[in-house]
Amino acid sequence: MVVLIPLFPILGFLILGLGFRTIPKKWTAFIGPGMILLSFVLSVIIFLNIRHSVVSLPINLFPWIHIGPLNIPFAFLIDPLSSLMMLIVTGVGFIIHVYSVGYMKEDPGFNRFFAFMNLFVFSMLLLVMGANYPIMFIGWEGVGLCSYLLIGFWFKNQEFNNAAKKAFIMNRIGDLGFLMGMFLIFTTFHSLNFLDVFEQAKGMTSGDSNLVAITLLLFIGAVGKSAQIPLFTWLPDAMAGPTPVSALIHAATMVTAGVYMVARSNILYVLSPATMAIMGLTGLATALFAASIAIFQNDIKKILAYSTISQLGYMFVGLSMGAFSGAMFHLTTHAFFKALLFLAAGSVIHALGGEQDIRKMGGLKNAMPKTFWTFLIATAAIAGIPPLSGFFSKDEILAKTFEFSSGIWFIALIGSLMTAFYMFRMLYLTFFKDFRGTEEQKHHIHESPAVMVIPLILLALLSVFGGFINIPSVFGGNTGLSNFLAPVFAGSNAVMEHETPLSHGTEWLLMGVTLAGVLAMVFWTYHRYITRQHGLSPDDARRSLPVRLISHKYYVDELYRAIVVKPILWLSQMLHEIVELRIIDRFMNGLGTMVVWTGNTIRYVQTGNVGFYMFIMILGIMLILFFNILI
Amino acid sequence: MITLTAIPVHYYLLFCSILFCIGVIGVLIKRNALLILMSIELMINSINLLLAAFSAYSNDPAGQIFVFFIMVVAAAEVAIGLAIVVLIYRTTHSIDINVLNKLKW
Amino acid sequence: MLTIILILLPLALSLITLSLKKEKEIRYFVLTGALIEFGLAVAAFVQYKTSCHCQLLFRADWLASMGVSLKFGMDGISMLLVMLTTFLLPVIIMASFSHSYERPSAFYSLILLMEMALVGVFTAFDGLMFYIFWEMALIPAYFICAVWGGNDRIRITLKFFIYTFTGSLFMLGALIYLYSRTPMPHSFDFQWLYLVALTPTEQLWIFLAFFLAFAVKIPIFPFHTWQPDTYAEAPAAGSMLLAGIMLKMGIYGMIRWMIPICHQALQQWGTFAMILAVTGIVYASLIAIRQKDMKRLVAYSSIAHVGLIAAGVFALTIHSMQGAMIQMISHGINIVGLFLVIDLIEQRTKTRNIADLGGIALKAPRLAVFFMVILLGSIALPLTNGFVGEFLLLLGIFEHSVVFSAIGGLTIIFSAVYMLWMYQRTMLGTTNQLTGQIADLTWTEMATLIPLVIMIFWIGLFPGLFLDVALPDVLQILNFAK
Repeated sequence: MVVLIPLFPILGFLILGLGFRTIPKKWTAFIGPGMILLSFVLSVIIFLNIRHSVVSLPINLFPWIHIGPLNIPFAFLIDPLSSLMMLIVTGVGFIIHVYSVGYMKEDPGFNRFFAFMNLFVFSMLLLVMGANYPIMFIGWEGVGLCSYLLIGFWFKNQEFNNAAKKAFIMNRIGDLGFLMGMFLIFTTFHSLNFLDVFEQAKGMTSGDSNLVAITLLLFIGAVGKSAQIPLFTWLPDAMAGPTPVSALIHAATMVTAGVYMVARSNILYVLSPATMAIMGLTGLATALFAASIAIFQNDIKKILAYSTISQLGYMFVGLSMGAFSGAMFHLTTHAFFKALLFLAAGSVIHALGGEQDIRKMGGLKNAMPKTFWTFLIATAAIAGIPPLSGFFSKDEILAKTFEFSSGIWFIALIGSLMTAFYMFRMLYLTFFKDFRGTEEQKHHIHESPAVMVIPLILLALLSVFGGFINIPSVFGGNTGLSNFLAPVFAGSNAVMEHETPLSHGTEWLLMGVTLAGVLAMVFWTYHRYITRQHGLSPDDARRSLPVRLISHKYYVDELYRAIVVKPILWLSQMLHEIVELRIIDRFMNGLGTMVVWTGNTIRYVQTGNVGFYMFIMILGIMLILFFNILI
Repeated sequence: MITLTAIPVHYYLLFCSILFCIGVIGVLIKRNALLILMSIELMINSINLLLAAFSAYSNDPAGQIFVFFIMVVAAAEVAIGLAIVVLIYRTTHSIDINVLNKLKW
Repeated sequence: MLTIILILLPLALSLITLSLKKEKEIRYFVLTGALIEFGLAVAAFVQYKTSCHCQLLFRADWLASMGVSLKFGMDGISMLLVMLTTFLLPVIIMASFSHSYERPSAFYSLILLMEMALVGVFTAFDGLMFYIFWEMALIPAYFICAVWGGNDRIRITLKFFIYTFTGSLFMLGALIYLYSRTPMPHSFDFQWLYLVALTPTEQLWIFLAFFLAFAVKIPIFPFHTWQPDTYAEAPAAGSMLLAGIMLKMGIYGMIRWMIPICHQALQQWGTFAMILAVTGIVYASLIAIRQKDMKRLVAYSSIAHVGLIAAGVFALTIHSMQGAMIQMISHGINIVGLFLVIDLIEQRTKTRNIADLGGIALKAPRLAVFFMVILLGSIALPLTNGFVGEFLLLLGIFEHSVVFSAIGGLTIIFSAVYMLWMYQRTMLGTTNQLTGQIADLTWTEMATLIPLVIMIFWIGLFPGLFLDVALPDVLQILNFAK
């Protein structure tokens, strides 16, 4: 049965992919989402089963690569962690597929779109279900490919294609790290299967240099896939793809693969404190950095993209504190509300005929009430307003950081206040006051059809109630998700030195401070963007230097262009024109020319004079005789 | 046989060497193809004489058989050589070898 | 017996082809012949029992006094390469159908002659036979490129010929020296040559001679400059033969000769060879980024890919050697696919210039899909053939040396850079005058491409079949090195 879960999406891909010009759209609308629904149902059944079973064993399908000690079976590992991810991937995936039926209705590439989406779900399932690193890597690269195909879905536009290529290449940089990490795992543990590796790792000392190297290399992979500093610039560009793609791939699932991978290898990370520190710093820096960029962005999808990067940073911060289940919890709730945000944004873009600039929106509250309410719920959830899901998950990570150090907690808090700021800024500018677009757009504004609205409502419900799966004990909850995931993290928890848990009083205080800050942000942004109508200035308006720096995304893209892209292109040109043509080829041709020249020169010895020949001959004979005597 | 041994063998050696050198020098300095052929003949004959002398000295008739053999081959060779010279003369009206330098570079 | 039939059948077909007149007749005859040859190779594959060494042996005396015998057979390594050759030949022949060459009988006859020589190289178990077939492969390759090639073909092909021929002479020298060192009566038999005990100095010279011959053939940086020109000037079938199969001769030679005979020198100087191979990977990848001609771009990418294979051979680990075996097959399939797609585009638009193309995916979606699949194989996406090979190669090199593996691994980034760039500029975007009326694939063209695509996924999903065939022989060869 487990095999069927990834089989349905790949089947859908094959059907839609092979018949992409013959299958009518009506069928596609059933096949595409239908296959994911089937997988989802099976995932639920497996999820229900797994709650009762204790041990999880890999399911071997067939041997894939097998040479002597290197044995990589095509195998799946179903445990609480992968089961949770399967639910998210197929569940959120299904909702987004349904939404896409409405969103992509007019697109000529309808079948192609669903084929790629199904392929993506397949790859993502491989990634989370794989029982060893190479299988995970298949999914890892597979989702990268689907991301490439879907970002560049409208391939007539070369800008979009550039974005797609950039995403793929940046991911590949990370993938090289992942690959090297795998090799080092193999040379260290002589196996690549999760269970073998983790079992052996338990016996190793903390801070072992091999472990640190392995985890760092794997983390490079995670940095690429989960868009952390320094490999994050592809994600905002990836917004070139259709909005459901952004929701599914670039918010809910693919970009969280890095978090999943670290959580999966938790025992390795726990044993390498150095990596944990680097990961924490990277996550924290990314969270703040991306949040600050988001404040000054005006493209509705780019704000969400930077928000995603920032939230992923939080997840890595959580992981680096050893709060694996906390990070997974945030991953789950983030999948709900960020997917919802994207889909609602898509609904807005759809209504406005492709407009993405929030300065040209406004006043959509009345025209699109359902979109507005769902968007509001998601905004509140991501900002961390109780009792929505984001509050619980973010609170868990913040509490962990406070356990570790109050300074880090404070920085993380600033980040989460920034989140509240940019999210409410976007909400106000999009839905409140008067419409600022063209007259034509104004007539065109409409609420989206039911096929798009129902997914929004479903996700809104999940965003509201998703937090209840893991209510902390301070509220009298039983931390259901943590208990469910506990077997996966048992090894790490045994190794980790436990800090004294916070008293309930401290926790209340922390929550109070956070909440007060968030509410202050909500009112401040209201004052700033509704009452005083800030933030509508066009791009070329004069701005102070720091603002200009941030609104140009710290010139990171320009920096990369200057220090990586340009030198490589220059090197390429230089190698070809100078080293290749002027040095190597000229040298080799020179050898040939030299032979010709030698022939040309020596031939003059053939004077044609018989006397001369005879003279040379006799001279030769005499020389030979002379040397014969000598020797 | 006995009478021959009266002359020491190094006399033959010296005489033949001189003969040979005359031949070599003739080949080198003469321009007339006919004279060159004759010089070559002189060289061959000096060798023949030496062969015969050594043969007698060491009581081995094989050397003298070789001499006959060489004389036969040399006769054939001279015939061909002369034929070539005649042909050259017919085409170029000269047997000066310095004229025969068409086969160069 | 099957082995000698595999060699003689193409020769016979080649001679008969010369006598045929009508182009259509020739095409069907040659294609059928090549398919029969493939069928025979499959039969041999089925008969072949893994775990035994040299099988299907044919042996007859030739120059008995010199110790030269007609000894042909197959072990796992030969088997795989013979399969590759006989599989690719029908594809290459079918790919030529869309061209109408002058003197078709001569053209197809030469292709079959080439097949014979290639099969001969891979199955020869006698040193002199190996050399004879090695050089014999050069003759049809020369004429195919020099007669049916592009504008600058004569100069380029002459360079190619002299370059590779010079390299081969060093190999001949090494072979003769080895022969002279075999115990009396001398013999060119592989087993005898393997047993020659050489001093370290001798090994070094033999190593250098072999390295030069194989490095030119493969080609390894910096002996590669003949290759991009030749690929660009050769007709499509010529490029496919050269890149798909002929350069495997070099790698085959390395595995067959260098490891067993000069293993000490290899361990001492292997690092030096490795540096060249790895430099070549980065160097060629970088150059490929800025190529304007599609064929040249693929040519440079090929240098990068085979550089990795060569580095894997020098790493002398079981994983890298098995990776090299798989990657030889994969590279052959992928590069033939790439040249085929480029040829299809060139036939339709009369240009290979990347800047002049664009938007083909709009008009010819099937072509775009096939191109994408082959491209993914060549950039080593998991579940395609390229991944299995590169994964094993890099893993093996990693076990040998972490640094080389990391540098060699750059190829997975660079290959994505240049390949996707080429795809984007030719297939995606909007159409222009050249590509506006481009026709999608015909059924014949699909039939040519589909076998390649099947193999791409087959090797990607189930490499076990191919890995197991070569394993015992690769292990045996590695044993020499220990």
